[in-house]
Amino acid sequence: MLSIFQRMGRAVLDALRGMGRMGTFFATSLYWTVKPPLKFGRVLRQISFIGSKSIPLIVLTGGFTGMILGLQVYYTLRKFGAEAYLGPAVALSLIRELGPVLSALMITGRAGSAIAAEIGIMRISEQVDALESMSLSPFRYLMTPNLIASLFSFPLLGAIFNVVGIYGGYIVGVRLLGLSSGTYFSGIQDFVEMGDVTDSLIKSACFGIIVFLVCCYQGYYTRHGAEGVSRATTTAVVMASTLILVWDYFLNSVMI
Amino acid sequence: MIDVVGLHKSFNGQEVLKGVGFRVEKGEVFTVIGGSGQGKSVLLKHLLGLIKPDKGHVYVDGTDIAAVTGEELYKARDRFGYLFQGGALFDSMTIFDNVAFPLQEKTKMKAAEIKDRAEAELAKVGLSGMGHKFPAEVSGGMKKRAAFARVLVMNPEIVLFDEPTTGLDPVLVDSVHRLIVWGRENYGYTAVVVSHEIPEIFDISDRVGMLDGGVMLQVGTPGEIKGSDNPRVRRFVRGESEGAAQF
Repeated sequence: MLSIFQRMGRAVLDALRGMGRMGTFFATSLYWTVKPPLKFGRVLRQISFIGSKSIPLIVLTGGFTGMILGLQVYYTLRKFGAEAYLGPAVALSLIRELGPVLSALMITGRAGSAIAAEIGIMRISEQVDALESMSLSPFRYLMTPNLIASLFSFPLLGAIFNVVGIYGGYIVGVRLLGLSSGTYFSGIQDFVEMGDVTDSLIKSACFGIIVFLVCCYQGYYTRHGAEGVSRATTTAVVMASTLILVWDYFLNSVMI
Repeated sequence: MIDVVGLHKSFNGQEVLKGVGFRVEKGEVFTVIGGSGQGKSVLLKHLLGLIKPDKGHVYVDGTDIAAVTGEELYKARDRFGYLFQGGALFDSMTIFDNVAFPLQEKTKMKAAEIKDRAEAELAKVGLSGMGHKFPAEVSGGMKKRAAFARVLVMNPEIVLFDEPTTGLDPVLVDSVHRLIVWGRENYGYTAVVVSHEIPEIFDISDRVGMLDGGVMLQVGTPGEIKGSDNPRVRRFVRGESEGAAQF
């Protein structure tokens, strides 16, 4: 009986310790982000890796998401004789919800996993210790560039996803199903407000922080060789994806 | 110069260091020997503050590395160089960039000066013309020498060698040992070496300490260690096992 309580207690303590360690990790990353000098070269390299190199994936997924959305929403609206609202329905679904969430999930799969693996390999091959041994902070060289790059890239990629998605919906609604182009775009102009766009960007930035935090943290605390790197990468992707959806709900509760 | 006092460290309830204490004098080559899993690398990382002890002190000319943090710790580490077991070269950089990296990040030298200096250090360790290669493209021995050049380029007062000859053939082992002595003579550093290479390591060491069972079992000159009365030290130095049960 005692051992059950001991196990429960140990699990709770481990969870608390993990949360504390993650909080400290994030605070340390922020400290090194505001402490000059900033490593601009590394920041640009990470923006290129997380941002620029994700554009083809974002365009592809954004385009098809918009097309699927156009098809499904058109089918539903037609039942109510409200096909004219296809434009705003597609745009609002993308801007308020699907754009930030799906783009964040895509970037997590492409860049988040790679970041966790890269830092994990640097950890097990003592490259992180080598930085420390030279009195150079791994946070300045590895974490800060990823944090800044995520904060820039996620909102921009989310915006690209939205725009491409809206044109995907346009191709299906206007080109294939015969809705007028003016109806599609004027509806978007009438119903999409600046607040929707701002909320979308804020959401994307929050997801960027989540992906940075989880992936860099998992990589930084990798242990036990190749198997440890594999475990850290898997955990990073699963945990970041789950947290994106959980955090999305809380953000929606506040924003709506 | 370095005073290690009552160092204790446990990992997941397993006590690795149980009150280790020894002193390293300025300018000497001090070697730590001991069986696998006895905590030699852990001990070395304590000297640089990469691992914090549960209890005990590491004094370097009066500064307790185990107690300082942040900028103070980084300042104390500036006196050290650390040669990692696998070299720990940054695999996304070329050999040249690895050697130039500490100069770029920690000095105000101009690019041309850095280039000259890094190439000179690479030449000293026999890697002239190899700077354009990536760590994955060179042999284990070359990696060790490149990592050594990266250490020497900052002209450290104390160099810590973590099993610098692991995985090398006997000729390369000898060349690394010669490099350690050559570096001491030319750069004037104090060296702490963790090694398994017995008896070869005795030839380059001023003093040797044997770590066993979480304590420093015996410290002495190579001659004293070779002629030790302590049965555990004697068995280790002669490479005698204690029977199948011990294996």
